[in-house]
Amino acid sequence: MKQAFKYAYLAFIYLFLYIPILVLVIYSFNDSRFSTNWQGFTFSWYAQLFEDGPLMEAFANSLIIAFSSSTIATILGTLSAFAFYRYRFIGRKVTYSFIYVVMMSPDIVMGISLLMFFITVGLSTGAATLLLAHITFCLPFVVVTVYARISGFDRNILDAAKDLGATERRMFRHVVLPMLMPAVIAGWLLSFTLSLDDVVVSFFTTGPSFEVLPLKIYSMVRLGIKPEINALSTVMFLMSLVTVTVSHLLIAKENR
Amino acid sequence: MEKDPIVRLRRVTKRFDDVVAVDSLDLDIYQGEFLTLLGPSGCGKTTVLRLIAGFESPDKGDIVMNGTSLIGTAPNKRNVNTVFQSYALFPHMSIFDNIAFGLKMKRFEKSVITEKVTEALSIVKLGGLEMRKPHQLSGGQQQRVAMARAIVNKPQVLLLDEPLSALDYRLRQEMELELKRIHRKLGITFVFVTHDQEEAISMSDRIAVMNEGRIEQIGTPSQIYEEPQNMFVAKFVGEINVFEGRIVEIHNGSAVVDIHGRHFKVQNRKDFANGRAVKVLLRPEDIMVTKDEELQGTAPALAGKIEEVIYKGKTVDLIISLDAGETVFVTQFFNEDQEDVVYRHGHRIHINWPYGWEVVL
Repeated sequence: MKQAFKYAYLAFIYLFLYIPILVLVIYSFNDSRFSTNWQGFTFSWYAQLFEDGPLMEAFANSLIIAFSSSTIATILGTLSAFAFYRYRFIGRKVTYSFIYVVMMSPDIVMGISLLMFFITVGLSTGAATLLLAHITFCLPFVVVTVYARISGFDRNILDAAKDLGATERRMFRHVVLPMLMPAVIAGWLLSFTLSLDDVVVSFFTTGPSFEVLPLKIYSMVRLGIKPEINALSTVMFLMSLVTVTVSHLLIAKENR
Repeated sequence: MEKDPIVRLRRVTKRFDDVVAVDSLDLDIYQGEFLTLLGPSGCGKTTVLRLIAGFESPDKGDIVMNGTSLIGTAPNKRNVNTVFQSYALFPHMSIFDNIAFGLKMKRFEKSVITEKVTEALSIVKLGGLEMRKPHQLSGGQQQRVAMARAIVNKPQVLLLDEPLSALDYRLRQEMELELKRIHRKLGITFVFVTHDQEEAISMSDRIAVMNEGRIEQIGTPSQIYEEPQNMFVAKFVGEINVFEGRIVEIHNGSAVVDIHGRHFKVQNRKDFANGRAVKVLLRPEDIMVTKDEELQGTAPALAGKIEEVIYKGKTVDLIISLDAGETVFVTQFFNEDQEDVVYRHGHRIHINWPYGWEVVL
């Protein structure tokens, strides 16, 4: 009886979390302009979606930005986390704390301040500024993720590598990086998702010439929710599902 | 020991913030010896090791190896290797790759690496485990891998930082013998750090007893044990009984010390002057116990009674409270000729010791 209650409770929580997504997925197959009642099954919204040139372009832009910003942020973030761990320098603790400040500051503040910065230095908003902005807000997440793992290391392992004749560079390449890999991958995936669905910062830091998916959806939704959007959201949901699964498998493999 | 030292530390000082970890320390390490740095935690022994390895650099002084100063030489350029207390094996590498790491860094050929790794594994008796990961091995096996990973590089000096402290008692004794065997086999210099005086005594050629960043005494295990030069060494290495006394007579090479009104003849190696307050130190096994009813003659002795009898199998330990108030710890070996010697709680006894077995400080 008690056991049954536990399962019911668990089921309720998951229903609460996933029913909205499930409804969305179902309606993406609904053969009706107005997505309130079921009119029969169709793939036509998916077909329309892939024929919608501007939407697909925005989608491609989003993927490019997400991929490059998360990759650059991961490289920079991993190196900074290593530096925070390995070297003692003046202002180390303060600079590390500021990483959290960037992470915690509201998107709107970040968006506006980046816009002001770009205007001040004379950069016109577009793909480049958007990329810079995305690297900026992804970076702290990578640093924190990687630092969490590296700070659990036995410091003697680095000494051992040096002791056995490794230079700083080879120590990083052969010992530190392989040991950090799960965190590096996790940081990349986190950055990728953050970048892919960012609306607020992107709103301020991209120009009319370069449109990304979340902003495109946002402007489309203002005219009412089209079933096309449901289809698109389903595709994105599927993508994140795959990403999460892959990352879990990778981390599980690494820990084995 | 008449050889030139392979490593010399000259007035080496190392501070961490306000704490002086190593204080103007001089130390010569000779080719092929097994030298142990022994001391309580925080005495600077690990820092000395890390200074030799190059993980720390001295604030003052010089470290010389083979006649050349090591100051400014990075750890990866020194011909020494370290076995870490935590083993510090690379968790993501197989045992083979762990041991091969140093050789790969020196860019040896693959076939040479395989040959040397196999040899190192056989020295530490771990053949067949090459493809395992460190976490699949027991603590004792990991310890052996850490040894193999260091010795495969054929360092001139092997530094061992409390390598046995994480092992249980039986395994530790086994590894002590293994270390001795490996030391003899390889003929390289071992510098071993420990806080365990039994470990130090049973393995070392020489022991340097350290306290507060300085060496209190350096010598062979028997010199350290039998002729401690100060109270710190005496108390840190083994059990010891301390009697407060005063010199009342001086003879040629000997003296008479008054302890609780009884006069004992002692050796006067340090040329103490008459009237000086001294401490007479005696190891538990150097004290003789005589039952009152068996007391013969007038040899000076201290009276007391047995408080506790602790049977140890090979020996029996007695805790004796003297009438003068002190508590004395005595170890008696069983004497095959005197099987009837049985000690019981409350027995009245006298204690004394053979002339010359004492240490006077």
